[in-house]
Amino acid sequence: MSEVRDVIIIGSGPAGFTAAVYAARANLQPLMFEGSVTSGGALMNTTDVENYPGFAEGIMGPELMQQMRAQALRFGAEIVSDDVVSVDLTGQLKQVTVGSGATHEARAVILSMGSAYRELGVPSEKRLSGHGVSWCATCDGFFFRGKNIAVVGGGDSAMEEATFLTKFANTVTVIHRRDGLRASKIMADRALSNDKIRFEWNSEVVELQGEDKVSGVRLRDTVTGAERDLDVEGVFVAIGHDPRSELVKGQVDLDDAGYVVVQGRTTMTNLAGVFAAGDLVDHTYRQAVTAAGTGCAAALDAERYLAAQHETDKPGHTLAEASA
Amino acid sequence: MTTAAPSTPIDTPIGTPMGRPMGQSTIVVTDASFDAEVIKSDKPVLVDYWAEWCGPCRMVAPILEEIATEHADKLRIVKLNVDENPQAAAMAGVTSIPTLAVYQNGELVKTIIGAKPKQSLLADLADYL
Repeated sequence: MSEVRDVIIIGSGPAGFTAAVYAARANLQPLMFEGSVTSGGALMNTTDVENYPGFAEGIMGPELMQQMRAQALRFGAEIVSDDVVSVDLTGQLKQVTVGSGATHEARAVILSMGSAYRELGVPSEKRLSGHGVSWCATCDGFFFRGKNIAVVGGGDSAMEEATFLTKFANTVTVIHRRDGLRASKIMADRALSNDKIRFEWNSEVVELQGEDKVSGVRLRDTVTGAERDLDVEGVFVAIGHDPRSELVKGQVDLDDAGYVVVQGRTTMTNLAGVFAAGDLVDHTYRQAVTAAGTGCAAALDAERYLAAQHETDKPGHTLAEASA
Repeated sequence: MTTAAPSTPIDTPIGTPMGRPMGQSTIVVTDASFDAEVIKSDKPVLVDYWAEWCGPCRMVAPILEEIATEHADKLRIVKLNVDENPQAAAMAGVTSIPTLAVYQNGELVKTIIGAKPKQSLLADLADYL
């Protein structure tokens, strides 16, 4: 076992990196496990980020994450490209075991594992994943040059993907189960005014068709229940995300949807010394800037917690004084 | 959120990759060398279909290099840039990257789609290591 750290940060999106910057500047020498293939988090699969303050002309998602990572390193954060596979967070010393098999200990842990894309939950989805079904427009759009494809979803991610995919595709059909978009006005207007983008309103995907690769989707009208087929060779799924809280389930309190529950406006979980930030916690906003904000709060909460611990650890200090 | 049409499929700035630096040890295969390097290989070959603009491809590259080094006696690992070599990618039916395809005796015997941690890849590749 290596030396006991003050803070371990699990996850490396805007929340994790911001926590790392603040914790490093507080001289807590944070140790971050950024994930072996997920460093940078969800923004690594986006293109232009136009709403992160400070970048008047916008910035590419991966570039923004590299900058955040470099900023954390600059102040002395230690970043390890490994995945956390199990944790024991219940004791005074938190134990974190990673993919290489090593276990690390810390007095405080900041959880910032973010969220994972949601699947459609229809037959053939697994089989056709990577064979026409995709969750990464920036990775896979290239393969659909001149093809007719679909994007499922009505939020900002769906509109971003649909607009991006028009660079390659012949037509992009947005499949949305309501009759209006959830996306921000600017993103919605951009998609609605794009000649290559069509909309299938009040529609949900009930089946993916095709043997070796996608040949179409079966849609059900959410109002009338009528079903119809749409011929497409690619389906990009952007119907939302679920918190990646599996790692801490059974130790840290989660709500019914799997989000980590925090106390009031703080980042404190039910466990002393365990803090949570970013999309892992956030039902509502789920923006890079709100994740960064709560990442900062988590580092400050952890810093105060460690300072209080340090006080109670002083010789001559009694338990009565500590609780007074 | 993209506005201007880039000249390349996506003009993501390519700097130092996130995480570990991408090594140079993996063998590069092209449309022209695919037959000789992959189909006619006497050892199983894993072809890493990738592209510069694909973030997950850059993440998984160093893991593949580790596996290539550790299991050099059993499995060859080669990289194929889909942007520069559309023929091989189309032949293999690749529509998502990274796609990791294992060929044995000239036949496609295993396809892994998406970047995965090392332990998962080792489990997926157990039959060939």
